[in-house]
Amino acid sequence: MNTAIVDPMIPVPYQVRSFQKELSDTFTIELTPASGRRPFHFKPGQFNMLYAYGTGEVPISMSGDPADPSKVVHTIRAVGTVTDTLMALREGDNIGLRGPFGSSWPVEAAEGHDLIIVTGGIGLAPLRPAIYHVLKHRKKYGKVCIFYGARTPEDILFRKDLESWRGRFDMYADVTVDRGTGDWAGPVGVVTNLITRGRFDPHHTVAFVCGPEIMMRFSVQTLNGLGVTNDRIHVSMERNMKCAVGLCGFCQFGPTFVCKDGPVFRFDRIQKIFPVREL
Amino acid sequence: MVQIDGLGKLLAEHPFFRGMDDAAMEVIAGCAANERINADTYLFREGGAADKFYLVRHGTIALEFHVPGRDPVVLSTVHEGEIFGWSWMVPPFTWTFDAKAIELTRLVSLDAKCLRGKIESDHSLGYDLLSRFIPVLADRLNAARLQMIDMYGRP
Amino acid sequence: MTGEAGAFGAPRVLAAKALDQLITLLAQDGYEVIGPTERDGAVVYDTVDGAADLPLGRLDEQEGGSYRLKSSRKAGYFHHVVGPHNWKRFLYPPHQVLFTAARRRGGFSITVPDAAPPKRAFVGVRACDLAAIQKQDTVFTGRDYKDPGYAARRAAALVVAVNCTRAGGTCFCASMGTGPQVGPGYDLVLTERLTGDRHEFLAQAGSQAGADLLDKLKGRAAKDDDVKAAEAAVTKASRSMGRTMVDGVETLLKENLEHPRWDEVARRCLYCANCTMVCPTCFCSNTQDETSLDGNEAQRVRTWNSCFSIEFSYIHGGAIRREGRSRYRQWITHKLAHWHDQFGSSGCTGCGRCITWCPVGIDITEEARAIAADKGRTKT
Repeated sequence: MNTAIVDPMIPVPYQVRSFQKELSDTFTIELTPASGRRPFHFKPGQFNMLYAYGTGEVPISMSGDPADPSKVVHTIRAVGTVTDTLMALREGDNIGLRGPFGSSWPVEAAEGHDLIIVTGGIGLAPLRPAIYHVLKHRKKYGKVCIFYGARTPEDILFRKDLESWRGRFDMYADVTVDRGTGDWAGPVGVVTNLITRGRFDPHHTVAFVCGPEIMMRFSVQTLNGLGVTNDRIHVSMERNMKCAVGLCGFCQFGPTFVCKDGPVFRFDRIQKIFPVREL
Repeated sequence: MVQIDGLGKLLAEHPFFRGMDDAAMEVIAGCAANERINADTYLFREGGAADKFYLVRHGTIALEFHVPGRDPVVLSTVHEGEIFGWSWMVPPFTWTFDAKAIELTRLVSLDAKCLRGKIESDHSLGYDLLSRFIPVLADRLNAARLQMIDMYGRP
Repeated sequence: MTGEAGAFGAPRVLAAKALDQLITLLAQDGYEVIGPTERDGAVVYDTVDGAADLPLGRLDEQEGGSYRLKSSRKAGYFHHVVGPHNWKRFLYPPHQVLFTAARRRGGFSITVPDAAPPKRAFVGVRACDLAAIQKQDTVFTGRDYKDPGYAARRAAALVVAVNCTRAGGTCFCASMGTGPQVGPGYDLVLTERLTGDRHEFLAQAGSQAGADLLDKLKGRAAKDDDVKAAEAAVTKASRSMGRTMVDGVETLLKENLEHPRWDEVARRCLYCANCTMVCPTCFCSNTQDETSLDGNEAQRVRTWNSCFSIEFSYIHGGAIRREGRSRYRQWITHKLAHWHDQFGSSGCTGCGRCITWCPVGIDITEEARAIAADKGRTKT
């Protein structure tokens, strides 16, 4: 047996180049290697394991442009001990990084089709690299629609991006909120409503869906109802990813390891186990 | 073949009536009226008589709840190609929310008393209409349930 | 089995005392010799200095939730079967330091501990356990990512396997196709024979290292009768096994993810995780971070964990598998069904440890049989 294998469990020190608050509990950090200038290549939808010194590790998807290997961008919601620690990071601080890991949004396989991106909450972050890629290669796709749902207008992530995507003539971007507060004059209701209102050809559509699991369940149902088949729907799953390399067993979801067989799955490959409770 | 024009044509073009046969369409058109409502104007208020239901042709209508001491809560918005106002079918025929135009909105309204009368004498028309209403109600119910669980809230 | 002259020579018969010599030879070759030894009322795997450390004359009586050692004149060195230990503790230790980190100005540096693997000889590896080692080989070195520590320890290990001539009370390796006869992958395999005043081993090399050892141990060339007697003893053990796994269990479990039996077993299960700790193929581990009191040093430690723990399925906010039924279902469906998808075989070897060491005697074969007998009550 080959004994000279690189240990995929050992993080590499990276430095925080910028820290930007996005929402009350969500922030974006840009990282570069603490020493040297290694380019960082990844595919849209993949994730890294970020290590906060002495606290622990968390899986976080890349949210930056896959065509820019000079920095690694992560958008993180502080929902636990490690992510709370990461939220206290400032420019110049170091963290550990392992990655990239996992499967990716099939942006190339989707060429030639209409592309529907259905997302909600922080789920927009793992999809942003795919959106950047698609817009860079816009001519290769048919219609491109982004349907985004947030809790309230104050919880809309990447507002500037969404506004600029909305302003483009070659794509359609629509945002809805579950609760219309303040002077929000846009749609109120669940994100599935936007799918129903969208104008795309369901028989030539590929859909990328990312958000809370229940939101994905209902989005898939709505897409199915319009005629988008499960082999053209892709979802991003979330489980307890500890090692990220299929060795620790924690992220098992039926026969799959979400860390290496996912996080992005073609829906027909998990449709049977997807609705099973507590699997 | 019955020539459908004017209001009948607007109705037939609306997704809600897609595929309805011409004769039925003409009967329904007899209860229809064209309406237009300016931005930030209330179409009806909670508790009022639910004497119509509405098809949105252009624009956006917000369905609101008013809670004393708070800003009005928008429950959902209704957009082009959609309908609202199923209270006309359910006694005591009273609106259960406020409806406000977010922008200049063009609607077709259907008079409830007129429709109820026609359905009384033509049950198959009633069946056709209900088959169109029930999926809308199911969608609204599902959506309301999803909103209720606050799926994007803090875990 | 040991009948034909293999690539590494013909079988030989060794006197019982050759076992001590074997351990000495291995030690002289620089191996830390690990073998079965009695401690705290059970046969465990630990360092042995000679044959005297092995449980000669001791037999284990095993049943669901029960394990007792007793003396027997019919028992040689290896007539006991498997105890609470398994070999994964040597190839994938329960506690491993992945790295240490030291805080420096503006950041921290990471140091990976020296991973020079110990040279170890495993003496007394049963058929089920050799199969288990091979299943873990696939897990840790046979898929997308490899664990370098496991790979190194495994490469440095020498396997002296033993054919079972007695079935334990909870064994079902025959129905899992892993034993009691040892399959390929050993360096040396022994079949112990104790009849009247004859106490000897039939030995067969499975590698050059095994052949070299056998050369030094001398003995005599095995006769047909020796080989046939050994084969008969192993066959007898196979036939006397009291438990079997139901046929088609992979599909059975996949199609019954919502079976009411999960609720039933959940009422008995204590979620103690014993089954996963004694299982020779269970490989799940967690990582923990520890920091010195002044915060200047931190380390990341990998420890065995279990799908029965609540933290196992934790995602922000809570655990996915909150109910006991879901955790038991995860364990058994992973072991018997989803392992096929992941690693191309069952994850169960039929060693029976999970049955013996379950404090309430839950029997994996019985649970599978209950679902088979009652399939379709609620299908998914």
